[in-house]
Amino acid sequence: MSEIPTELKFTSEHEWVRVEDDGAVVVGITDYAQEQLGDLVFVETPEAGASFVAGDVCAVVESVKAASDIYAPVAGAVVSVNEALQDSPELISDDPYGAGWLFRMTPEDPAEWEDLLDSDQYGELLES
Amino acid sequence: MSQATPLRDAHRALGARMVDFAGWELPLHYGSQVSEHHAARAAAGVFDVSHLALTEVSGRGARAFLRRLLANDIDRLGERMAGLYTCMLEESGCVLDDLIAYRLANDHYRVVSNAATAEPVRAQMRGVARAFPVRLQAQEGHVTLAVQGPQAMELGTAVAGSVIGPRYAAALAALKTFNATNEQGILSARTGYTGEDGFEIYLDAAMGRAFWQALIDAGAAPCGLGARDTLRMEAGLSLYGQDMDATVTPLHCGLKWTVAMDPPQRNFVGRRALEAVWEDPQLPSCRGLVLKGRGILRAGQQVLTPYGEGMVTSGGYSPTMSASIGLARLPKGRYAECEVEIRGAGVPCAVVKPPFVRRNRILVDSE
Repeated sequence: MSEIPTELKFTSEHEWVRVEDDGAVVVGITDYAQEQLGDLVFVETPEAGASFVAGDVCAVVESVKAASDIYAPVAGAVVSVNEALQDSPELISDDPYGAGWLFRMTPEDPAEWEDLLDSDQYGELLES
Repeated sequence: MSQATPLRDAHRALGARMVDFAGWELPLHYGSQVSEHHAARAAAGVFDVSHLALTEVSGRGARAFLRRLLANDIDRLGERMAGLYTCMLEESGCVLDDLIAYRLANDHYRVVSNAATAEPVRAQMRGVARAFPVRLQAQEGHVTLAVQGPQAMELGTAVAGSVIGPRYAAALAALKTFNATNEQGILSARTGYTGEDGFEIYLDAAMGRAFWQALIDAGAAPCGLGARDTLRMEAGLSLYGQDMDATVTPLHCGLKWTVAMDPPQRNFVGRRALEAVWEDPQLPSCRGLVLKGRGILRAGQQVLTPYGEGMVTSGGYSPTMSASIGLARLPKGRYAECEVEIRGAGVPCAVVKPPFVRRNRILVDSE
């Protein structure tokens, strides 16, 4: 069974979102997602400064199997990206909720975060 | 309904992620396909390839039948017990399948073809067989194992000794590349689909399970379809359905070398169509690509060369080279660089001659 931390929010596209003290959100892919993808071999992160609306393709994660689009979970601007993934995409498999984070963004509307799935809802999604 | 090989429960017990492949439930990987890839290059890996379609061809017309059916000439094997890699064509010259035909005796052969094409291949065989005194018999429920890697022969010989017997072990150990033995009615051949040393063996279900388990116990890494694909791509070997299919002739997909036009009187299916395009200067060239920029090569991507456009037919990540590589159908011409379109941008690639990797050594410039 894959791990689902209770302090995070989730999307139906298997991204996780964490709200930081300064209001920024950090985005990554879930343990379930990385398990499904298999060995990860390439990550394309967005440019810092780029703006997205929720649902925009903003990154790509490629495994040995296929390329998967990563969607912006909320509207906002990217403030920083995880540069370590460029040389070590396997960080996502090793530590999806920690060292494998993808990017950090400043949300346009901090309340939008509330609309995401909580860990129970995401767990139900995986079981359905 | 998907078909299962006799090893399905063994795969599940090893924690395999099972996937559907051409109607068969098969292991994609057992945790990490990259680790499995490295195991097959560095030591020994074992693959369950029981989905491959087996057809026994026997009778006094067997040899003549195969000389009509196949684009390569079974007579190239002479009196040897060995395998011949060949395409089976339509009259249009297009590739119905690629396969290996083993000569077991004067009037007895085994054809090993792809799972995805099993139906059209058997229909073609039945059709051609009407003109020959030959018997075709599909084999079901068997286990086919591919044991690959620098330690494959050593491990395999030891396992054959304990599971089958010392006589079989001796016959297996003595095999030269591409040669086969049918000692005790069990076929094995020193061949594979990885660019490493090794063999493939054809067993009944009970002995197949025992052989598999003994190999795992002896330290062979169980390897899934994922590693099989990256290993064959590094070895520059074509995959039916990707690098060729029924829309191209062998001349369009780098398999001209497998077509035997001599002797000219051998009238194999598709010969006339191939003769018409044999010297066509517009035929594409099949080359290898090593991605120099960021991303991963994937089948279907467009390639831009100084001589026009081409297409990636197989692409992915090479664990041995830690780079993305691909096989591509490209315009003829002398050039060492091209661009591949990845998500709307042209990414530079080196154009190389496959294989990329053989016997665990990188053979192309990967810098």
